[in-house]
Amino acid sequence: MNWTPSLRASPQPWLRCVMRDRHQAPARLLVVDDNKVNRLLLTRSLELHGHTVASAENGRVALEMLRRDGFDLMLLDMEMPEMDGFQVLEQMVGDLQLRDTPVIVTSSLEGIANVVRCIELGAEDYLAKPVNPVLLKARIGASLEKKRLRDQQKALVRRFATPEVAQDLQDSGFALGGKRVTATVLFSDIRDFTSLAESQAPEETIELLNTYYALMFDAIGGHGGIVTMMMGDGLMAVFGAPVPLPDHATSAVRAAQEMTELIELFNHERMAIAKPKIRIGIGIATGEVVAGYTGTNDRAAYTCIGDTVNVAARLEAHTKLAQRPILIDGATRAALGDAFAAEDLGPVPLKGKAAMVDVFAIA
Amino acid sequence: MTTQTIDPATFEELKATTGAEFALELVGTFLEEAPGMLNDLRTALGANDADTFRRAAHSLKSNGNTFGALNFAAQARALELGGLSSAKEGGSRALDELDAEFARVAAALAALRYA
Repeated sequence: MNWTPSLRASPQPWLRCVMRDRHQAPARLLVVDDNKVNRLLLTRSLELHGHTVASAENGRVALEMLRRDGFDLMLLDMEMPEMDGFQVLEQMVGDLQLRDTPVIVTSSLEGIANVVRCIELGAEDYLAKPVNPVLLKARIGASLEKKRLRDQQKALVRRFATPEVAQDLQDSGFALGGKRVTATVLFSDIRDFTSLAESQAPEETIELLNTYYALMFDAIGGHGGIVTMMMGDGLMAVFGAPVPLPDHATSAVRAAQEMTELIELFNHERMAIAKPKIRIGIGIATGEVVAGYTGTNDRAAYTCIGDTVNVAARLEAHTKLAQRPILIDGATRAALGDAFAAEDLGPVPLKGKAAMVDVFAIA
Repeated sequence: MTTQTIDPATFEELKATTGAEFALELVGTFLEEAPGMLNDLRTALGANDADTFRRAAHSLKSNGNTFGALNFAAQARALELGGLSSAKEGGSRALDELDAEFARVAAALAALRYA
């Protein structure tokens, strides 16, 4: 594989969006209070601050509206018929969709125990009624800013990790360390990329890589795999972790076939503008891997390690010698069943492997 | 306890922060809603419904504070914190007093509204 300047050298329009959004003011707020005077008064105050406000008269209606419409922030009364504020907070804590919506409690309930209970149930803040408008504005501003930062973090995680990894992180939190899973690993890279890169302008190479990655991500993601690593013109993908995938071997092979088909289509376009064709090699292996977060507490990546990963990498390298675009190991072949035609290339010695490895080529 | 039915400073602040027109509309809403809540208090007392009793007293307290009806709010607060059982001890005296104070509040707010 070749080390090429990072993709991050390309313009980052999303970063500009993030920076622009920092100072946005209006938000969509939900006011929940069973008392009409309180509801109207809070709504008015918030509208005067430039926000868009909807209201609900009890907890049950509020949860329905939150689930249906989504809001940036909720102002929640505690004493309500049907479903009170405490019950609303309890439901939100256990709800993946709702638990990140900030809640400011506005209540005239007395006693520190009530305040403590609200905060323990995840409320951002507690304002006593009648709510001081200046304090209200400050607390809402602070809560919205915190939410914006959290949303940005989530967006960043999604940008640099896959949605599956982002979800895994959100559900179970971050912890270094892995678990053993049976999965299929795929390695792919562009043949003769160094000479190609040397023959053209760097900008052109970056553009080529971006297109290449867009196509490969599409094929891999479309079959349930995740890309765990990008290195220059090469990538590693995993099928079956962190989210279990039935038939991960079949999915990986289908993804590989789609990758080569997409490259063919891409080559038609390149030839039309008198650019050289590119070719890719893909190696696939199935077996036990250790999957998890490796690195340090400050900087880590989701990855898979183990012998299966090494075999897949060696098979990818072996595609040059074998003159075949897609090579798989015996375990992958066995998992495929009769659905695919595979050419038996026999046992092959692979670098770093003491025993010979059964290698098959996929048409 | 203050001697004024409506604390002028609180009411002026409400007008200043929400707009005079809105504040007067809100007075109208309170005058429409409060009799129902006062009625809820009596019904809850009769039906021995502590939750509804506490909630109605709580709402009246909260609204009273909003408009500067501080005596009214204090009486409602006493009912909220004392609960159904202490209200029962005095028969319906506390509720009669709250009704009477509401009549004064309503008159004072109506006067402000049409001033």
